[in-house]
Amino acid sequence: MHEKALSDLAGHSHVVVSWVGDDGYPVQTPARFKVDEEKGIVRIATTGLALPTDRRVNVMGSHIRPQPGTGYDERRYTELWGTLRRDGDEMVLAPERAWGWDEKETPFFEYAERSNRRARAYMRALAEERGAAVRPRLSPVWTALLATRLPFLTGTIVPVLVGIAVAGRQGYFDPWPAILTIIGGAAVHIGLNVANDVFDEMSGADEENVNPTQFSGGSRVIQRGLVSLRRMGLIAMASYAVAIAIGLYLVVTRESTELLVIGVLGVLISVFYTAPPLRLVHHGLGEIAVAIGFGPVMVLGAYVVQAQKLTAEPFVASVPIAILIALILYVNEIPDRRSDASVGKRTLPVRFSRETVTTGFLVAASAAFATVFVAAVLGVIPRPAIISLLGIPLALSVYRGIQQYYSSPYELMATMGKNVQLHLVVGMLMFTGYLAAITIDGLFEDAPDLLT
Amino acid sequence: MSWIPPSVQRLLESALVAELTVVNSRGEPVTHPLIPLWDGETIYMTSAVLFSKKLEHIKRHPRVAVSISDPVASGGLTARCSIQGDAVVVEEDLHDAWTEVMPLWRKKEPAIDFFLGTRFALPLFFERSVIRITPRRVTWWEDGDPAKEPRVAVAEEARHA
Repeated sequence: MHEKALSDLAGHSHVVVSWVGDDGYPVQTPARFKVDEEKGIVRIATTGLALPTDRRVNVMGSHIRPQPGTGYDERRYTELWGTLRRDGDEMVLAPERAWGWDEKETPFFEYAERSNRRARAYMRALAEERGAAVRPRLSPVWTALLATRLPFLTGTIVPVLVGIAVAGRQGYFDPWPAILTIIGGAAVHIGLNVANDVFDEMSGADEENVNPTQFSGGSRVIQRGLVSLRRMGLIAMASYAVAIAIGLYLVVTRESTELLVIGVLGVLISVFYTAPPLRLVHHGLGEIAVAIGFGPVMVLGAYVVQAQKLTAEPFVASVPIAILIALILYVNEIPDRRSDASVGKRTLPVRFSRETVTTGFLVAASAAFATVFVAAVLGVIPRPAIISLLGIPLALSVYRGIQQYYSSPYELMATMGKNVQLHLVVGMLMFTGYLAAITIDGLFEDAPDLLT
Repeated sequence: MSWIPPSVQRLLESALVAELTVVNSRGEPVTHPLIPLWDGETIYMTSAVLFSKKLEHIKRHPRVAVSISDPVASGGLTARCSIQGDAVVVEEDLHDAWTEVMPLWRKKEPAIDFFLGTRFALPLFFERSVIRITPRRVTWWEDGDPAKEPRVAVAEEARHA
């Protein structure tokens, strides 16, 4: 019994033995010790303070090694409880209970996440005691940034800019609807982010996830008690209301039935991404839903607002953007796979093996770049857009990161960050390619085909 | 002048880790490694609400003990000690009140300012209670050898209690 705790304790330089004295104060003494793992006991050498045999003691070995000025490392400690008995000159403890923490096994951030429920319960009890709310606080700006996951809005801005650029190259550009398109797209995206948190809290997926990173596991504002579930629900609804109002305004003013269809499709995908009854992400359809929503829907939507018609070019331009945004979700789901599986969320990393998921990334990223190359060579998109291929080294770096850190959520974070950059870089390079083509078109009446 | 022996004061001033023993609801001792802060009269420790079980134990049973036993965490000082005392949990404002002990904390762990600057990443870690411990009785081993009988010093008030 308690083999692991005994083995862990054996690695410490000394122990502190403590017990509760007759006056109610704990009594402590450092002590030399030896662990007899075969017999499952701790032998404690004679101490200057007489150790008791008539009450329970706590024996603790701590290895919290300070790094002066910079915090602590190699943090681990082990505690055993039981009653001592004398054996010759020594005291012997056969542990009845054990507890400990080793940051190598449970990283500090995971340990903290596992304690969220305790923190909320403690603050709730304090609130009841005081008759006033006790909540953690952050500045409103940070709370808003976290709750909405605002930095991820690049996922919307990139496809909308590409859609506007495609239309611009065809001679259609109206700035006011363009601005409204960006605001409306951002509102749908915020609605999706916040609704995702709401439904993941309701299903228990986020609570179950003890390895969240800044890219996965939701915003954590509900689990950390920063924003209530109800308030998050209201934010999601308000965001969708803004998006729908802007969408309807654009549909009416641009007189576009296509835009109405695209807009309705976008909102439905966004809502039913995690919302019942469809819960697309729970059925392994999250990547496809995100690809469609943040690929063709956004690019075609932005294009139609400007051009008031549908053509093939924006759809082709949206394909690499769609693949790369889906890959953001795909990679972000890797560290979440255990918690997702436990609540029945059948994402692709839950369904497939490490090898398949890793190869899947390479195949999908290759498909994105191949689409750009072929479309540019064939002249479906302007040739300068081929500069998007400059993102290939970044994609390879993400692939290597996945291979290396597949099972290490915190080490994978840098790779997840690069993967977000990959979508942004490739998207902005494509946008730049379009701007270059527009500039060349404007400068030269008969620009060579090779340049546009 | 403090009744705390000079070698114990030195330990309190330099130790980066101490062991706080509290008594749980079953009457058993439970020990937690924490950073001890010392202003010459009172020992301060802080605890995030994430790890608040010890706070509940202290509120129920305020008699606690703090040991400093690891020479590596005490700047190489070889003495060891255990200080029994009465603890009070100060938590009127979990968000800010604990920052009153920041000057003492900063002296021992300058990196705390950096960590505090990233509180948005782990907000509940920075919602903290202060554990204020008034020493009553000190047991210490001048040369750090636990096999020897320790010396004992008692606070004036404790002597008359």
